[in-house]
Amino acid sequence: MTLLNTSDKLTKYQKELNGKLSGNIKTEILVSMGTCGIAAGTTPVLEELKKEVVEQNMQDSVRIVQVGCMGLCHSEPTIEVIDRESGHCVVFGNVAADKAKAIVAKTIRAAGVDPVAKTWYYPEEGQNTGSALQARIVLRNCGRINPESIDEYISRSGYQAAAKALTSMKSAEVISTILDSGLRGRGGGGFPTGKKWQFAAAQKADAKYVICNADEGDPGAFMDRAVLEGDPHSVLEAMIIAGYAVGSHDGVIYIRAEYPLAVKRLHHAIGQAKEMGLLGKNIFGSGFDFDIELKYGAGAFVCGEETALIHSVEGKRGEPGFKPPFPAISGLWKKPTVVNNVETYANVCAIIRNGAAWFKKIGTENSPGTKVFSLTGKINKVGLIEVPMGTTLRDIIFSLGEGIKDNKKFKAVQTGGPSGGCITEANLDSPIDYNSLIALGSMMGSGGMIVLDEDDCMVNIAKFFLEFTLDESCGRCTPCRIGNKRLHEMLNEITIGNGTHEILGKLRKLSETIKDTALCGLGQTSPNPVLSTIKNFESEYLAHIDHKKCPAKVCVKLLSYKINDNCVGCTLCARNCPVTCISGERKQKHLIDQAKCIKCGVCYEACKFHAIDKN
Amino acid sequence: MLKLRINGMPVTVEDNSTILQAARKLDIKIPTLCHMELDCFNLEHRIGSCRVCVVEVSGRRNLAPACCTPVEDNMEVRTHTLRAINARRTMLDLLLSNHPKDCLTCEKNLDCELQALAQEMGLHRIMYKGEQAKRKIDLANESIVRDMNKCIMCRRCETACNTIQTVGILSGVKRGFNSIVSTASEKPLAETKCTFCGQCVAACPVGALTEMNRTYDVWRALNDETKHVIVQTAPAVRVALGEEFGLEPGSISTGKMVTGLRMLGFDKVFDTDFAADLTIMEETTEFIQRLKENKNLPILTSCCPGWVKFFEHQFPDLLHIPSTAKSPQQMFGAMAKTYYAKKIGVEASEITVVSVMPCLAKKNEAARPEFARDGVRDVDIVISTRELANMLKEAGIQFNELRNSAFDNPMGESTGAGVIFGSTGGVLEAVLRTAADWVSGTEVKDIDFEDVRGLAGIKEATVNVAGTEIRVAIASGLGNARTLLEKIRRGESKYHAIEIMACPGGCLNGGGQPYIHGDTTILEKRRLALYDEDRSKTIRKSHENPYIQKIYREFLGEPGSHLAHELLHTHYTARKNE
Amino acid sequence: MTDQCTKCCDNVSILNMYPDKKKELEKYIDSLPLGSDSDRNRGFLIQSLHKAQGIFGYLPEEIQLFVAQKLKLHLSEVFGVISFYSYFTTVPVGKFKINVCTGTACFVKGADSIVGEFRRFLNIEMGETTKDMKFSLGGLRCVGACSLAPVVMVNDKVYGNVTPKKVPEILEECK
Repeated sequence: MTLLNTSDKLTKYQKELNGKLSGNIKTEILVSMGTCGIAAGTTPVLEELKKEVVEQNMQDSVRIVQVGCMGLCHSEPTIEVIDRESGHCVVFGNVAADKAKAIVAKTIRAAGVDPVAKTWYYPEEGQNTGSALQARIVLRNCGRINPESIDEYISRSGYQAAAKALTSMKSAEVISTILDSGLRGRGGGGFPTGKKWQFAAAQKADAKYVICNADEGDPGAFMDRAVLEGDPHSVLEAMIIAGYAVGSHDGVIYIRAEYPLAVKRLHHAIGQAKEMGLLGKNIFGSGFDFDIELKYGAGAFVCGEETALIHSVEGKRGEPGFKPPFPAISGLWKKPTVVNNVETYANVCAIIRNGAAWFKKIGTENSPGTKVFSLTGKINKVGLIEVPMGTTLRDIIFSLGEGIKDNKKFKAVQTGGPSGGCITEANLDSPIDYNSLIALGSMMGSGGMIVLDEDDCMVNIAKFFLEFTLDESCGRCTPCRIGNKRLHEMLNEITIGNGTHEILGKLRKLSETIKDTALCGLGQTSPNPVLSTIKNFESEYLAHIDHKKCPAKVCVKLLSYKINDNCVGCTLCARNCPVTCISGERKQKHLIDQAKCIKCGVCYEACKFHAIDKN
Repeated sequence: MLKLRINGMPVTVEDNSTILQAARKLDIKIPTLCHMELDCFNLEHRIGSCRVCVVEVSGRRNLAPACCTPVEDNMEVRTHTLRAINARRTMLDLLLSNHPKDCLTCEKNLDCELQALAQEMGLHRIMYKGEQAKRKIDLANESIVRDMNKCIMCRRCETACNTIQTVGILSGVKRGFNSIVSTASEKPLAETKCTFCGQCVAACPVGALTEMNRTYDVWRALNDETKHVIVQTAPAVRVALGEEFGLEPGSISTGKMVTGLRMLGFDKVFDTDFAADLTIMEETTEFIQRLKENKNLPILTSCCPGWVKFFEHQFPDLLHIPSTAKSPQQMFGAMAKTYYAKKIGVEASEITVVSVMPCLAKKNEAARPEFARDGVRDVDIVISTRELANMLKEAGIQFNELRNSAFDNPMGESTGAGVIFGSTGGVLEAVLRTAADWVSGTEVKDIDFEDVRGLAGIKEATVNVAGTEIRVAIASGLGNARTLLEKIRRGESKYHAIEIMACPGGCLNGGGQPYIHGDTTILEKRRLALYDEDRSKTIRKSHENPYIQKIYREFLGEPGSHLAHELLHTHYTARKNE
Repeated sequence: MTDQCTKCCDNVSILNMYPDKKKELEKYIDSLPLGSDSDRNRGFLIQSLHKAQGIFGYLPEEIQLFVAQKLKLHLSEVFGVISFYSYFTTVPVGKFKINVCTGTACFVKGADSIVGEFRRFLNIEMGETTKDMKFSLGGLRCVGACSLAPVVMVNDKVYGNVTPKKVPEILEECK
């Protein structure tokens, strides 16, 4: 491998690559090989494509690239076909292996698979010309390059930002660029990244650390994983820049063990960067040394909290510590430590390359840039999206997500994971950024966005998040350890029909106290789902309490299944019932034994005649 | 220096002070529960987990825990706003919701910090009901009862065991509502390297960790006509027992204690201090021998059973250097069941020896298999200072009103050297007093070895004993002991003799003493009381104790004799370091 | 696990039974830059445990002790760490590890009822293993396959759009 130990060598190498990579290639086929793509069955598609290219003798003109997540989860397996000459590209969704042949035969439109519209643009490469709502800074390389090839990363100006920072900027300039850009931490709290760096840089210490928090754990959030799997070098490069800025020579990436593919790709990327001299001693001849080490989480959500993460890196139980002192003053091994999450780092290189002013133009005044969201739940187009801050939820849900599944009625969107809250129809038009979400009683969190429809019970949703917090609470402080347990129990009482107004009052009061007293961010925000659902859906709580009814028909204890006169006596329900509590002669109306019924709903699903009422 | 206002009142504090410390300067005691300060050992357990000490700080979104929030210049703190009070009460409500409400029958009834806070804060009903932790109670050892159903996760015991003592058998385990402090694989203490020092018990604010109470066994023995029941009391008991009856810390209640014990019905009331003098005879003999041969030095004292079990587990390679002399408790037991039994013409099996100890490890020590002959235990029942106080209260004995009386003979006479065994540095000073006389062959007058006194964790001194420079070190607290032992292991130790006591400060801070609830000024008072008692004695050197001289004359022969070895010395066993 | 099984596992030394595995673990830990400072050594604890679990499948006390002694840590803190992180297990798990995704997307699409069906069919609770050591049932945090919700993973295989009806089919496939 070439040693890129000066900035000039890097530029020269990039030029060579750009020539070489294009070569005689006429068509590029990008195959989405992220975890979800693979889960949906991309691997056989890839194999088939490779075979076909050989069979049709097109090795010289067609290049197959395994790329990371394109974000089009709703249509996995996805592949993108790019015609080099015209620049025309089409994304195909739901590609089955047997369609590969047709695609390779370049009969793009005749392939018999659905083309999927791409609705994003790249701010670095040009202006948004049309209606695209998505702007890709963080995901600029995801789904476009082979994440296992450092060459492809370099060919897209990879490591140019680090070269620029290390060879032509003072560390203070790097920090002021990040400060000026207004970049805020994408992990949840939204603390200005430049300030964090500034604090750490101001400390005098024999060692400092730069940590990448890749312990993404919010249920329903997978944007960091997409970056790590699809563009690992962008994180490494940003960490080098952060190290240079604060005066640290040691980087640590703390990554969930549940992300094996991301681990593998990071490992690979670090190896490549070391070989090319992009990590190690005297990077770009600047005299600056930097190395990165991988540390694995082991299944503890709370380790996403920075002090808990540091304890975990130190090999301890991942219990958060109190702040102050903040990690920037005393962190890993009691040394000044910068902790940023993956998405934050993924912004850094673009900011260094294009300048703070460029970045500030995107997004809102208090929250510049973009935000990646994983859009899931009861929505037509589940996927990973990156939008400028300030985009409205309506645009996200109804334009990008193409509305609610099965034409159901939108009820709420939950943001911020277990720390966040629910936002209702009334607020769908407010532009979202850090501040506006907090004003709406939710928070940005890491970017999970779960859409709920009329079939979701909000009490049950609150209970679900509480259950998650209970599972993941470290157990150190009283409010989180016992308080959340009690909240959960009270919610449970409501869902099984034992709710009272006194319980509702206690639920509110205890939630407020937990927010006010818990030790760490997880604990302090854990009652948010409760408070926000009570605030926005009080009537639903009251229906459970006063009428012992679950309006969304979710809370099993409050449900009953009854067979109505539509019944033709087909016996299908009786045959499917797991506890055989449905009786009735053939061609006679059937009857459910309420005492035996476990309310599993199998009969309801099975019945073809709408003969079963769920109430 | 930083300036702040608390409840509108200005106060100036040192840099790095906490709000809690600042409030104290204004005589405001912000309630705490998980917090533990041991000033005299420079130790602070600052974990901020119970959230009982929350206060309002202007400009902050959330309430701040006073115990671990550093003061910032010009801070505005309010300690009892409605918001803070409500939050505090809620924290207690929550703790109580996961705590058995059986205070009436709890070992810690009226000595429980949670109970006291609930009372102070006026909690008059149980606010939250719900699932409570159900955990098996560990009763499978002689010393400590662990009832983790009562645990409030303050984790002071963890700090006591791991940080202070470095025994390291405790850790937070599991997480969330199920999290608890426990041993590896949640095993019973008996299957771990627990030393039974009882510092976890001393640290526990509630009834989760208590001593294995044996008072009922004592009552049974006292009411058994066929038994001759005798009692021995350790030196540190007499300077702490009064606290249980509201006497000033540091009160010396030796005479009242003896009267009280007699009133309880003991046939004879003896003194462990006598046995301490005996220990000095044997240990000093061994020391001088080793010094002469320049072999197996430094000699380590061996009277502390917590310390003995500690080195058996963690330093099995150094078993040859501790003195082989038994502890005073066990020497007493051995003499009671042989010398004394013969003297009064009673079979050993008919004598019940009860010990009153400041210590919980003594309970485990007395049960060690090697401390019995022909199936008869040397020491039958061990109770703590606290347990004795309970018995006196149960018997309706008005302790404060009692007249003084003296120990019985032949095992009640002791010297000042025996008394100071109860404090860190005391054993070594007692050795030095005797060694000085024996080595010089004269009666050395200046016997106050001030350098070895005081509560400091590690003390070093070079002492001139009849022209010989003796280098000594004293450690109290097993963490400090570890520091010295590791030096020995590395061959860096230049000492001739080292005294070690497992509890920080020595026996006066034992796991069986009245709870000090973090007030370490009490320890210094107990210590000074011991040295007062020492000074008040006419005889202050062990070898000058006439009854000691008599026991050698009548029974043992010489110190280090064959019989002395058989009855007064022991051996150590390497144990698993897990 | 039944009581009986605990006993037999206690009596048999896994390290002696699998000398090659022991050697592999020992080689790994010995390759770490360990020193006399147990605080710094602790920094290698979690990765050593990952390695050990990767080799042996679970972390019985014997292996905890082996790691503790190598890293010069107390056994209690090693256990404290193992019991904190859900990734580690101290009991052997079944041949087929069934993990139902409990992420939000799967939840709103009915992961609860899937869990219920597995519990009913296997007659075990979450976190348990069937007596024949064939199936373990557990939850899994979001795997990011939200488009396929609800998702069930059996070992490394992902099943998407699972309904309660599909549960017996999935179990059948494992045979």
